[in-house]
Amino acid sequence: MSEENTITESKRTALYDFHVSLGAKMVPFAGYDMPVQYPLGVMKEHLHTRAKAGLFDVSHMGQAFLYADDGTFEMVAKFLETLVPCDVQSLEPGQQRYTQFLGEDGGILDDLMVSRLGLEGHRHRIYLVVNAGCKAQDYAHIEKHLPTGINLRVSEDLSLIALQGPKAASVVSQYLPEAAILPFMRSLDIPINGIWCHISRSGYTGEDGYEISVQHKDVVALCELFMAHDDVEAIGLGARDSLRLEAGLCLYGHDIDTTTSPVEAGLTWSIQKHRREEGGFLGAERVRKDLAERPSRRRVGIQPLGRAPAREGTLIQSMDGQDIGVITSGGFGPSVSAPVAMGYVIRKYAKSGTEVQLIVRGKAKPAKTVKLPFVPNNFYRG
Amino acid sequence: MKYTQDHEWIKVDGDIATIGISVHAAKALGDIVFVELPEAEAELEKGDDAAVVESVKAASEVYAPLSGVVIAGNEALEDAPETVNADPEGEGWFFKMTITDASELDDMMDAAAYKEFLESLD
Repeated sequence: MSEENTITESKRTALYDFHVSLGAKMVPFAGYDMPVQYPLGVMKEHLHTRAKAGLFDVSHMGQAFLYADDGTFEMVAKFLETLVPCDVQSLEPGQQRYTQFLGEDGGILDDLMVSRLGLEGHRHRIYLVVNAGCKAQDYAHIEKHLPTGINLRVSEDLSLIALQGPKAASVVSQYLPEAAILPFMRSLDIPINGIWCHISRSGYTGEDGYEISVQHKDVVALCELFMAHDDVEAIGLGARDSLRLEAGLCLYGHDIDTTTSPVEAGLTWSIQKHRREEGGFLGAERVRKDLAERPSRRRVGIQPLGRAPAREGTLIQSMDGQDIGVITSGGFGPSVSAPVAMGYVIRKYAKSGTEVQLIVRGKAKPAKTVKLPFVPNNFYRG
Repeated sequence: MKYTQDHEWIKVDGDIATIGISVHAAKALGDIVFVELPEAEAELEKGDDAAVVESVKAASEVYAPLSGVVIAGNEALEDAPETVNADPEGEGWFFKMTITDASELDDMMDAAAYKEFLESLD
């Protein structure tokens, strides 16, 4: 979800040779050499994922575990709730939630997935997936607040892949029948064709699918198993970005960062009601204030009305030429066959259908605010 | 056909030049989704921003390889930008312009020199 090129030498994921053998174009991304596209190209990779199933390497992301010495889930859940606004304590075994680390001022330090492991004997453990570009500072942030008796273990031996698209369930359930009926935002710790996996029904494309954590030593075999299916193609970071943009999902460092609050970003849904009321987490005062007074700006979808894409940084103006905001992600949406964007605008322009103009290369181009997502979500709802 | 180090091609017909991007450039850009062309009668100096070509992921400038006046843009690209990928050095031409100073063509590469230039980039 985050993008930061580094000057230091790029690291490689356990799938590096796999990508190269498939003809991927490798680029530095968040400190890793990652496949931006394969010979199919961004457009076809994107459309393939919406039509069938796409396999993504997201091993650059950070995976870590939190657990308490006393072996209780309650203690570690209570601690994590001091750093994130979501309800952690009510997580059932195998349940997952999306949340954010917030700073003292309510700005977003990172966004992440929080899961309670479901396996017998591991149900007191919390599993975190954080952005590649933020992981070092996330772990430092946790360590800084970590009380005696709670441990952070950063995984060094796990890869992470995603299989996304309407055919993902039929592919995975050939080896793991339970995968077909695994509810959205739930996980299982279970072997797939003899390979031990942590599999969750979630993703970053707006499609049904899975994210699968697996040991480095097994990840190539698991990917080859999936790639043997005609419905599966390897998909690079280029299409990952256009898929998530059409799905209306935030990219950290672009659509959300330390200057944006979760309410401005339209992420209030990820803060359970009692936590909004009771607070008790870093940044709670900002969340309470934003909810009570409504923030001065809001993240919205922006539909350019011509064919010219409006990229990140594009100025948004009202029809009478006032500066009212800026595009934070923008490009071409292959599934909508048109440019798509999102950005922040002053609240009174946020209502969907509002006409605005985008300043692209010095010229005003017509656009309107729209509801997100651009493409309906296709999650598994049982 | 002449080529520049910016991966543009120039086809000269009398004192008129047709300009586009090379097969190599079209392939490197990937799926082209939008082309912004210069307006007819625009006066360009060599090196000016003349057009913009956008793929799913990024926008790239196309520079004026010569000084002159734009006569026409390839309007077919407005509705079918993918033509640039399909036939970059033919139907996917960008614009036509007059040639003010023919000597500007002298330091451009022919096809063989451009091929060598591409090999030197690898």
